[in-house]
Amino acid sequence: MTVARQFTLASAVCLLLAPVAATAQEFDGQIAARKGQMFTLGISLGVLGGMARGNMEYDAETAQAAADNLVAVSQIDQRFTWPEGSDNFSLDTTRALPTIWEDLDGFTADWVALGEASLAMQAAAGGGAEAIGGAMRDLGAACQACHEDYREPDS
Amino acid sequence: MRRTLLTLLALAVLGAAAVLFVTRPSPLPPEVTAGLTGDAARGETVFWAGGCASCHAAPGAEGEDRLVLAGGHRLVSDFGTFVAPNISPGPEGIGGWSLAEFASALTRGVSPGGQHYYPAFPYGSYARMEMQDLADLKAFMDGLPASDSASLPHDLGFPFTLRAGLGLWKAAAGESTWVLEGDLDPEVLRGRYLSEALAHCGECHTPRNALGVLDRTRWMAGAPNPSGEGRIPGLTPDQFDWSADDIAYYLETGFTPDFDSVGGTMASVVRNMGNLSAEDRQAIAAYVKALRPAN
Repeated sequence: MTVARQFTLASAVCLLLAPVAATAQEFDGQIAARKGQMFTLGISLGVLGGMARGNMEYDAETAQAAADNLVAVSQIDQRFTWPEGSDNFSLDTTRALPTIWEDLDGFTADWVALGEASLAMQAAAGGGAEAIGGAMRDLGAACQACHEDYREPDS
Repeated sequence: MRRTLLTLLALAVLGAAAVLFVTRPSPLPPEVTAGLTGDAARGETVFWAGGCASCHAAPGAEGEDRLVLAGGHRLVSDFGTFVAPNISPGPEGIGGWSLAEFASALTRGVSPGGQHYYPAFPYGSYARMEMQDLADLKAFMDGLPASDSASLPHDLGFPFTLRAGLGLWKAAAGESTWVLEGDLDPEVLRGRYLSEALAHCGECHTPRNALGVLDRTRWMAGAPNPSGEGRIPGLTPDQFDWSADDIAYYLETGFTPDFDSVGGTMASVVRNMGNLSAEDRQAIAAYVKALRPAN
């Protein structure tokens, strides 16, 4: 292989890779925002779930604060955080499946359902560990409905 | 020379015929289920623990629709794509089956017409079921809504299209004895029944050999996802450290100890487990904690 041909090949490879690399950086912020929302939800769920499971002493004010945070995150309009192409086929920094954009209505409905389950938790949080336990089951169902269809399985 | 070849050919044909004869479908003797009466209420627990709806409800079915066992779920495997059939209690499903036929299907993998079923239907696990549970399950399923959806054919390549050869697979898979043995307390025994006989956890969490037979020496040690990318996690104590309460809570709500949530194919399993009693979920957790380390 001549030097010239090697050079041409290298350029072609660069040209192929360049748009992918640019895209990856372009969506870093949105993906970090998505993950931040999920971790914030997880931290609040950890407080409420800890009380429901009896691993943490029930405290009405703490439970309410955690439930209020769930509601706050679940009411964020998601239209800016899920740009088309920010999926796990295009990028290796996310587990978001392309099915999200093939079925945007279903995905949006799942987010709305999370909002409803969060509002139910907000209403239940002051009612003791048992009330939280019931609301946790509905929140779990909301989380898994979305993660079943739209998130790449773990490991 | 020609005579020798013909003789060899004749012997080969005879040999193949003998193998197919020995491995022919063998239904359960009808007297095993004779006289049993099913209790539909008890059968509902068997139904949810057995995970029937995960494959036999229509894809995407939610809530009450998970009780309409129209089939259609596609199981992609190395051997081709299996499509779960209609098993609702109507003419397109299992309407009119006797208890003996139903029990033969679940525990022997033999259809009422006398054919082998493909082991995508986990009869290797259900073979451990108690006959009373089969009667109860049938009583429950007979009361579910009928669906008139036609069962769709599997999409398999040759030679897997030949059902007669499945007898060889069954012979290779061997008898479905209990995997976890030893001096087990009643909770672990109940958990073993729920996990090994009904929930068929091992069908995904245990690796298989080239024939697709479960490797009992690496029981629940984790395996490649049979129908997609990634791995099904191992649950043996050398690699899985959740407490029994963590496991039971996960089966109830879908939340991991870190309050991430279940996803992928396990989400449907958790949805089934949510219909069990807290004691049964705790029993499954106790069984998982009693598993032996994988080598």
